[in-house]
Amino acid sequence: MRPLLCRKPSNPFVMNKIILIIQREYLTRVKKRSFIVMTILGPLLMASLMIVPIYLATVSDKTHVIQVVDETGIFFNKFRDADKIKFKYVLQDINVAKEALQSSGDYAVLYIPKTEIAIPENAIIYSDKQPSLTIKEYISNTMQKEIEKMKMKASGLDETILQSIKANVKLSTIKLEAGGEEKRSYTEVSMVLGMFAGIMIYFFIFLFGSQVMRGVIEEKTSRIVEVIISSVKPFQLMMGKIIGVALVGLTQFLLWVVLTFAIVTVFKTSFPDKFSLQNSEQKMISSSQLVPATDSTTPKADEMPETQKIMEAIASVDFGVMIAAFIFYFLFGYLLYAALFAAIGSAVDNEADTQQFMLPVTIPLIFAIVMAQYVINNPDGPLSFWLSIIPLTSPIIMIIRIPFGVPFTDLALSVVLLILGFFACTWLAGKIYRTGILMYGKKVDYKELWKWISYKG
Amino acid sequence: MNQDILHIRQVSKKYVNHLALNNVSISVPENSIFGLLGPNGAGKTTLIRIINQITGPDTGEIIFQNEKLQPIHLAKIGYLPEERGLYKKMKVGEQALYLSQLKGLSRQDALKSLKYWFEKFELKEWWNHKVEELSKGMQQKVQFIITVIHKPQLLIFDEPFSGFDPINVNLLKEEILSLQKQGATIIFSTHNMASVEELCDHIALINKSEKILDGRVKEIKNTYKSNTFGIEFTNARLPLVSILQPGYDIINYHADDELHKADIKIPAGISPNKLLEVLIPHVELHAFNEVLPTMNDIFIRTVTHAAASLS
Repeated sequence: MRPLLCRKPSNPFVMNKIILIIQREYLTRVKKRSFIVMTILGPLLMASLMIVPIYLATVSDKTHVIQVVDETGIFFNKFRDADKIKFKYVLQDINVAKEALQSSGDYAVLYIPKTEIAIPENAIIYSDKQPSLTIKEYISNTMQKEIEKMKMKASGLDETILQSIKANVKLSTIKLEAGGEEKRSYTEVSMVLGMFAGIMIYFFIFLFGSQVMRGVIEEKTSRIVEVIISSVKPFQLMMGKIIGVALVGLTQFLLWVVLTFAIVTVFKTSFPDKFSLQNSEQKMISSSQLVPATDSTTPKADEMPETQKIMEAIASVDFGVMIAAFIFYFLFGYLLYAALFAAIGSAVDNEADTQQFMLPVTIPLIFAIVMAQYVINNPDGPLSFWLSIIPLTSPIIMIIRIPFGVPFTDLALSVVLLILGFFACTWLAGKIYRTGILMYGKKVDYKELWKWISYKG
Repeated sequence: MNQDILHIRQVSKKYVNHLALNNVSISVPENSIFGLLGPNGAGKTTLIRIINQITGPDTGEIIFQNEKLQPIHLAKIGYLPEERGLYKKMKVGEQALYLSQLKGLSRQDALKSLKYWFEKFELKEWWNHKVEELSKGMQQKVQFIITVIHKPQLLIFDEPFSGFDPINVNLLKEEILSLQKQGATIIFSTHNMASVEELCDHIALINKSEKILDGRVKEIKNTYKSNTFGIEFTNARLPLVSILQPGYDIINYHADDELHKADIKIPAGISPNKLLEVLIPHVELHAFNEVLPTMNDIFIRTVTHAAASLS
């Protein structure tokens, strides 16, 4: 730490003290049992959110065998086996098949009854459970294709002509980059990513902002504050605390990311089959929904499987910008609010009194989260623009907008205003703080706060 | 003793609608024990906070060791505030180390000094305990240690004895006197006059934001003395009133069995020997002493006098 100080030879004494304060604030919090518990529980929770659904999906999914009782004879061998569905053609009476179903252990009986008209349009699935949507769709898709083909043939149309007139609209969105580069954009992924980042910032500002506030109240109520500010300036104490807690937040966040990644990786390597099953199942679902197996045409580029699309979508996000923006808005959003939280802590004698001052500070934050849905639907609207420019809401709203692509001027304006906002809030908070921490037993209102701000020296 | 460590020159401090200090000038002699006296709300704490650079004066200046007061001087000043405390959840040793380092000590120096003081105050085995596990008296010892740990040349105690138990008060007094012997200057802020009589050699009295009195304790007492003498006697052959000549006032009179006690004020310019000459033929004297005003008397007299002259 000492070589660092050499860079600022003008006032090593002051720097040294701020570093001491940061150290204390950081170490006492990181050593706390609650921090360790949160650090372990967080990744466990996040990892289990990823792993448990996959695990459950693989556990419950056996291959389903479906008996086909086709009285028409049209669909014989038309149902193709897929990953999780097998078809067994039985030439029994439907009543016999129904009764035998339970003892056979098969999943269901598909019954296509003979009809008066040449082309049947009805089928019944007999099952002791509610058959899954995927299976129902798979069967009805296959039947539809088959029936369509038959109808075409009956009206004298060639199957090749049928294929050629079939329209399959896929809407892809291409974002035009400044350099004339074209990029595929994925609205859904942008939505999820933006929302997740926005909520993370919201959560961290609240969590660590209130830690700063509680720290200030602790110093005030334990009456240690005057001992400390006879050695350092109140502003140094406030900034030391804010920076110390910021480092705690970053540490916690980093540990969460690393640990979550580690847990998921360990799980992946120790149960590789579970994850490969998951992939194949997804492929099955997607292929059954989009291109029934009977359709033998090769899928076009647009019809690639969903997993691949998600991968590409994630890859399409500019992660450099996203991560840089996240860290910036996370840090400065926190710094701005932490200063205000510190001011609140200094103005009251105990935590119960914080309510009246908390409201105006939390309203912009809550408003930002409430408006998040609107911003996602309309990321370039005037309201989205203004909310992502104004420093009190910009940390949350701008990070939501970024995955959708934000003009450089908007981003630059927002960044500059947030930095200015941070300085303004810290200056204001410092004025309140320096008077507040030495004020005991006084009922403080906004008029009083204004007086403190206007004190000289 | 002939040099002043601290000069406060025409310092004023105004809060929005309250004048905390009005043109206050005080000089604190080197190596003295200086009492800063005054009723609650007089401005003592504001003045002390200005010396500690917690807040700044609106006008006026502070000279510390012949230099304008600046942040580096904080390493030479030790301050025990009236509102004092420690981080309850933090370990004693860790906390003492932290606060010592904030005062500018290096880690090694702080550890060495702390070891000395912790042994002296029998706190050694508490080093790794949390502060909340300590008794109030022990916490006060820790607070005292961190006030003096950096060997300050100027020590400021704001109401030091409030909240200390009698045993610790004695310990504190001893330590303060030994610090003075080692060359430190000590400022006491208090309204506890008994401790002032016992320890202080200089005082300044502040009332309603203004300094109304300052100087050496002995000189102040001399200025306020009223030619009053206390006597104790037995076997009075005549009542005291008839013995004394006109102009001599009996202020207090108290008879306890045989022993009579009285305070007698003699006219200005008359020697106490005259009083003795008058008394000796008629009574058997057991004690004779000059009654000096207590600081408490002076305090009350000046404060009420100031109040009267204001109205």
